[in-house]
Amino acid sequence: MADPVLALDGVRKSFGALKVTDGVSFSVAPGELHALIGPNGAGKTTLVHQISGMLRPDAGSIRFRGADITGLSPEKRARAGLARTFQITSTIASLSVLENVALSVQARATHPLALFRNAARDARLNGPAWAAIDAVGLGERAHVPAGRLSHGEKRALEIAMALTLEPAAILLDEPLAGVGHEEGARLIALLKSLKGRYAMLLVEHDMEAVFALADTVSVLVYGRVIASGEPASVRADPTVREAYLGEEG
Amino acid sequence: MSAAPTTAGAAGSTQSRPGSRPLLALVLFAALALVPAAVSLGVPAHWLSLVTRAMIFAIAALSLDLILGVGGLVSFGHAAFIGIGAYVTGIMITEGRTETLLILPVLLVVCAIFAAVTGAVSLRTRGVAFIMITLAFGQMVFFLAQALSAYGGDDGLTLYARSTIAGLDIAASRTGFFYIVLGALIGCYGLVCIIVASRFGRVLRAARENATRVTVTGYDVGRVRLIAYVISGMIAGLSGFFLANQTEFVSPAFMSWQRSGELIFMVVLGGVGSLHGAIIGALAFLFAEDVLAGITEHWKAIFGPLIVLFVLFTRGGIVGILARIRGRSDG
Repeated sequence: MADPVLALDGVRKSFGALKVTDGVSFSVAPGELHALIGPNGAGKTTLVHQISGMLRPDAGSIRFRGADITGLSPEKRARAGLARTFQITSTIASLSVLENVALSVQARATHPLALFRNAARDARLNGPAWAAIDAVGLGERAHVPAGRLSHGEKRALEIAMALTLEPAAILLDEPLAGVGHEEGARLIALLKSLKGRYAMLLVEHDMEAVFALADTVSVLVYGRVIASGEPASVRADPTVREAYLGEEG
Repeated sequence: MSAAPTTAGAAGSTQSRPGSRPLLALVLFAALALVPAAVSLGVPAHWLSLVTRAMIFAIAALSLDLILGVGGLVSFGHAAFIGIGAYVTGIMITEGRTETLLILPVLLVVCAIFAAVTGAVSLRTRGVAFIMITLAFGQMVFFLAQALSAYGGDDGLTLYARSTIAGLDIAASRTGFFYIVLGALIGCYGLVCIIVASRFGRVLRAARENATRVTVTGYDVGRVRLIAYVISGMIAGLSGFFLANQTEFVSPAFMSWQRSGELIFMVVLGGVGSLHGAIIGALAFLFAEDVLAGITEHWKAIFGPLIVLFVLFTRGGIVGILARIRGRSDG
């Protein structure tokens, strides 16, 4: 098997007496879509925060493209090629869709903080930004401020921003949460089209989507991975059924 | 985190569209350029020095708007930079160094160093803590100036000469000095506009709204804000240079915390984050002060409530009101 893009080893995090991440280990191979499921309060978002660098684990290590990134700041992880989206969509509301994506393109440009070069008319930023906007189907909304987009469109915008970072891995924190059925189907199709090109860690509640998209599923309960494997085998696992899926079956 | 520090976050929606900026600014600068002519045609003569003084404060307010309006950082110690600029000018003139081309580089470097050091500390905090720590640094410089007995201490320092350019007194003619200050104001405004529209400016604007998003996109938000803080401090220092030359006197009062508060009010009065609003705000502030002081010596008792009413009943300052009037006539 190829070396994993992202590998967690014994990651632990406690808030006071509460163990929110309790020795989590798993890895994501190049091009793999790895889904992380679990009931509310299982510690999924906390785990994503630790991988993206917004929280520091108490113990354990996180390796990305072969290097230990456990102590790295979030901006350095992003520059190393680790992109993420948020459970509660996070965009720059007053900037247009185009400017949001161009902000992301700019981060990988040779002079990301040039002081005197006009940014809005810069073809080197707008060109790749348009490509990403078209790829996620927001072409007609490119000049709308991000704050006025529908929920599903904001999700698509976040994905476009992640794509322009030319990432090696993308962390998707509940991209379908709060999105209507129709937009949800469009987002699933979008994620499917990206499959195989990026290593993705998908945190999701929507079981239908998870089993339609994932190569591997890990189940997180009370901060522990209780099962991990192919979707079919995880679905059949009795401990998983009892802990989580049971209420549905 | 949507924790846009204090008031500045709410101002985003009232920012004027970049497209309307050039026209309004052009009208404003053209009107200012006509002031000396108006004075010779019978407008009160003290308007020349009043508008000069207002333009000097407009430079400082403009620099504050870069970090407060655009960057979302409410600095309550910005007068310190005016003071440092004025004192560097005053001390160098006292020591016989009147050449502007010598004073300005020294002044800009001193302001940049002060901004870099105090900014590195204060930018570790957000919101009210940032306000308090910038206030503390401002007061530190204020008391330092008071203790500077070799250069007047508490009483301030009277200048025996003004700065020179190639041996010529820059304020020999009051009209000449007026146009030098106007030129500097236009230059600073152009510079700040370019910075705001640049790649750097885009990151600074985005970080005001959503620092978390900017961080996970790969930018070091703290570094971006520090650069903006240093640029802002240097521009404010320049206004101190002009202030010292206009008043031919520098004193610790130049950097009192009240002065920092007045700068914030000028920015709010004009319209936060709009840049030309800061200039309009400074002009309106100094004119209001002048008019009210002519009515009664207790003018501050009128000015205070006026400020409160203005903040309560206007959104987006004067620029916001202008935009709404224009919007109404368009629709």
